[in-house]
Parts: sequence; C-alpha cells; structure tokens
Amino acid sequence: MAERVLMKGNEAIAEAAIQAGCRHYFGYPITPQTEIAAYMAKRMPKIGGCFLQAESEIAAINMVYGVASAGQRVMTSSSSPGISLKGEGISYLAGSDLPALIVNVQRGGPGLGGIQPSQSDYFQSTRGGGHGDYRLIVLAPASVQEMASLTVTGFDLADKYRMPAMILADGTMGQMMEPVALEVPEQTVYEKPWALTGTRMQRRHNIVNSLYLQPEELERTNLERFERYKTIEQNETRYDAYRMEDAEICVVAYGIAARVSKNAIDAARAKGIRAGLIRPITLWPFPSAPLKAAAEQVHTFLSVELSMGQMIEDIELSIRCKRPVQLVNRVGGMIPSPEQVLAAIEKAAKEGGARS
Amino acid sequence: MSTKNILIAGFGGQGVLFAGKFLAYAGLLLDQQVSWLPSYGPEMRGGTANCSVILSDTAVGSPIVSAPDVLIAMNLPSFQKYQPAVQPGGVILMDSTLIGEAPSRSDVTVYAVPATQMASDAGLTSLSNMILVGKLLRECLPALDTVRDDALRKVVPPKKAHLIEANQRAIALGSAFEG
Repeated sequence: MAERVLMKGNEAIAEAAIQAGCRHYFGYPITPQTEIAAYMAKRMPKIGGCFLQAESEIAAINMVYGVASAGQRVMTSSSSPGISLKGEGISYLAGSDLPALIVNVQRGGPGLGGIQPSQSDYFQSTRGGGHGDYRLIVLAPASVQEMASLTVTGFDLADKYRMPAMILADGTMGQMMEPVALEVPEQTVYEKPWALTGTRMQRRHNIVNSLYLQPEELERTNLERFERYKTIEQNETRYDAYRMEDAEICVVAYGIAARVSKNAIDAARAKGIRAGLIRPITLWPFPSAPLKAAAEQVHTFLSVELSMGQMIEDIELSIRCKRPVQLVNRVGGMIPSPEQVLAAIEKAAKEGGARS
Repeated sequence: MSTKNILIAGFGGQGVLFAGKFLAYAGLLLDQQVSWLPSYGPEMRGGTANCSVILSDTAVGSPIVSAPDVLIAMNLPSFQKYQPAVQPGGVILMDSTLIGEAPSRSDVTVYAVPATQMASDAGLTSLSNMILVGKLLRECLPALDTVRDDALRKVVPPKKAHLIEANQRAIALGSAFEG
C-alpha cells in the first residue's frame, strides 16, 4: 500500500491524472481549482508532458479536443463560470465521440457568482451542459482519496466508452487536505484505432467530426450513442450506502453534502432514529435502482444539496414519487450544517412519511 | 481521544494554515483520521485566515468545524467571532499579546498565552503560532508531541529545513509556559 500523505483535493486530482497517464493539461485559472493548474505547471515539464495555460477556457477545451482526437489522455479543469464557457467544446467532444476528462470544482452561481463551494451545476453536468442530445459520465468525489481514485476511473471510463467524463467536485473538496494513498493504477490499454495518429500510408485516413448534414446519418449517430449510454447505465452506476440496513429515512447526498449528512445520521441514530445515507458516486448514470429499492423500505427521502433542488428531481424520478422527498439545502456558497440536516431528519421521523 | 475539532483563526501571515497543517500531519503520523480545511473566501482576502482541523479515531464526516472543541484565537476579531461557538467544556487558547479582552465564557478552559511577546523576546518573530501549538500539545494533545519532529519535517519544505529548529524551540517555549 502506498504511503498516506496529506494533499489538497485539487492536488490529488492533478497527481492522479498524471499517474493515469495524462500528459496533456490545458486550463485557465479560476478559484477554487487553481491548484490543479499550478500542480500541472510544476510537474508536466519534468515528465515530458505538456502544461499550457490557454488564453481562455474556450481555447483550453478546444485544445483538449485536439489531443483527444490524437488518442492521448487529456484533461482540463475549471470552476462553474469557466465550465459554462467550455460547454460548446464539451458538446463537440460528445458529438465526435472523444474521450477526455473535465474537472469542475464548483462555486456559487449563477453568473460570476462567488468563490465558495456549491453544487448548483448538477443539472448542467448531468444533462450534458452543451447543446444536443448527449450525456457525460459524472463522478462525484466525497473525499480527497476519491478525488484521486475517481480521476483514474474517469479516464478509464472515458476511454472505454469514447466519451467525455466529468469530475464534479466543489470548493470544499478542492481546498481541503486529507490523507491520501496514491496507488499507481493498473494501466488498462484501450486501443484507439479511430485516433488521428498519421496513416503512415498503411491505412485509410481517420476522420474525427461532429458535422453530419444528412439527417438520417445524424440520427444514426445519436441512436448509436444512446445504445452505448444504456450499457453504461447498466454497468457503471456507482453509489455508497451507509447505515441503510434498517433505515426508515433515506438521506441522499453527494460530495460535501454527503459528509455533512453522515454526521447528522450518526447524531440521529444516537437519538434512536433509523436514518441512512445513499451517496451517489456517479451522478450520471444516477443510481436509480438502489433508490427504487429503498422506497420499499423507507417512509421518507431527504435530498441534501448545495443547490435549489436539482438532484431531488432525479430522486423523485427514480422512486416514481412513491414516497415524499424533502429538500434540505443551502446555496450561494453556504453549506448546510449537520444540525440543519439532523433537524430535517427529526421532523421527517415525526411525520412518518405523511405527505404535507 | 475520540474526535478533536480544532479551529485556528487569525490574520493572514500569522501561520494559521501552517499550524493547522502541523497538527494534521502529527495526527496522520499517529495513524489517526484527519482533515484540514482552510478558509479561502472573501474573509481571507480581507486579511483574516482560519482553518478547521479534525483529528479522529474514526472516519471524519464533515470537515467543517463550526463548534470547536479547541479554539486557537490569534487576533481580536477572530476571538470575538468564534468565542461563542466553542463547545461547553472546550478550550480557548488565545494570544493575550494581541487580544486585550478577557473571555466572557465561564464554561470553557482558557489558556491566555502572550505568544507574540514571547516570540519577540526569544528572537522567534512570526512563530507565535507554534508557541500556541506547544501549549495546545501539552494541555490537550500530549500524544502528538511524540511525533513533533517528524511532523515538522513533513510540513517545513526541504528548502526551509533550517527553520525546523526555530519551530522546535517555539513549541518547547509554549509547552513550558505556565498559566
């Protein structure tokens, strides 16, 4: 086992990306994720990689498109307003079936917003963010260790399914330090016969493109892509369950909200209230099946979010509105306290699933 | 010790984040679960800094310390802001050189250490943070003292290794302070 060292979440992402074989990073600074760029700037030149601070987020995502087309592992990172700027490029990556890793260390919005933690880009990430019918694989780390491990997972899934993946973190996850053991991941080699690597006059040239003027052809690419998405939904959904065995109340939360919720659940259990947590690790694909199963067991769901009620829609869809789902939230850079979540759990326990 | 929630607060430049990092590394060396979360928001840009450190025998939940077991207050605004948040039965360590006010809480243990004055007298300017840490180790976290030197080597960058000795002296000074 690798030695445990203290690292900021942002640094853990950067180091894990390098260990996963990423040798190209393009970005533009923005709080609270700038440590990723700083780390890459320091390390990439020493290992024969490329760190480039682009003139804008839009330039950076298009550089990502270029390297991805050449079949190399590539990453960019930003925070909420910067991710909006990248939206067009992300749609092009999806439309061209290109693997890449995009990191969003979220801050409060909309607009320029603030610099404190937020989860208000949930819709943007899980619905794609740019124009057109497409998905991103969205991974939501809840510890510095996961900032590292899910970065590796993100690269692997992106290569495996030829599509962009996103790490959806927040300012707390990016800035906090925790012990992390950086295991050098086993390198799975993904053949990329589609990549633009030069024909050496030995094969027909490859084309990477998202323009299809014949509607029949464009429809076919969309349908094929969604067949692939179905496979991903079946095989790649990830979640974590905590104290759910006998739970009557199911808290659903990801990232920092899940950490806060754990404290509240322990406090509730100490008071004899049977609460548990389902923590989505993939936000797309969303862990619908375990939530649907939980609806047979619990009388109430709570959606704890740093947003105005975004993930709550996926919970309601997953359980087909079979049980009441209550929103527990703070926004704008504020973080719910364990006391706030505990109060909501206690209220739910008292109501026992009655719909208000 | 099961879980210690520590909040360190002061001006930027007083070594708030460094002191927190030292504690987190010491905890890590003792195989504890630890988290360290700095303020990075507008308050930091206004010149104040704080950081949450949690040392625990079990997995750390929320890394945010809103009701500290231990508050290290390094200036008056931080002292005034966070004094009410300290857990009943908790501890306040304060730099009494910079905080002229007496604590209003009677349900907490207070250690008033003239850390800035002591640092200046000993030629350890800018190490008032580690004088307070020394007092903290002695009064609340004696186990951490056993890994003091290793933890310092982890947090002092190699280029500044010559500063380890001064940090050791500052910790010893704080630890020996009676009051």
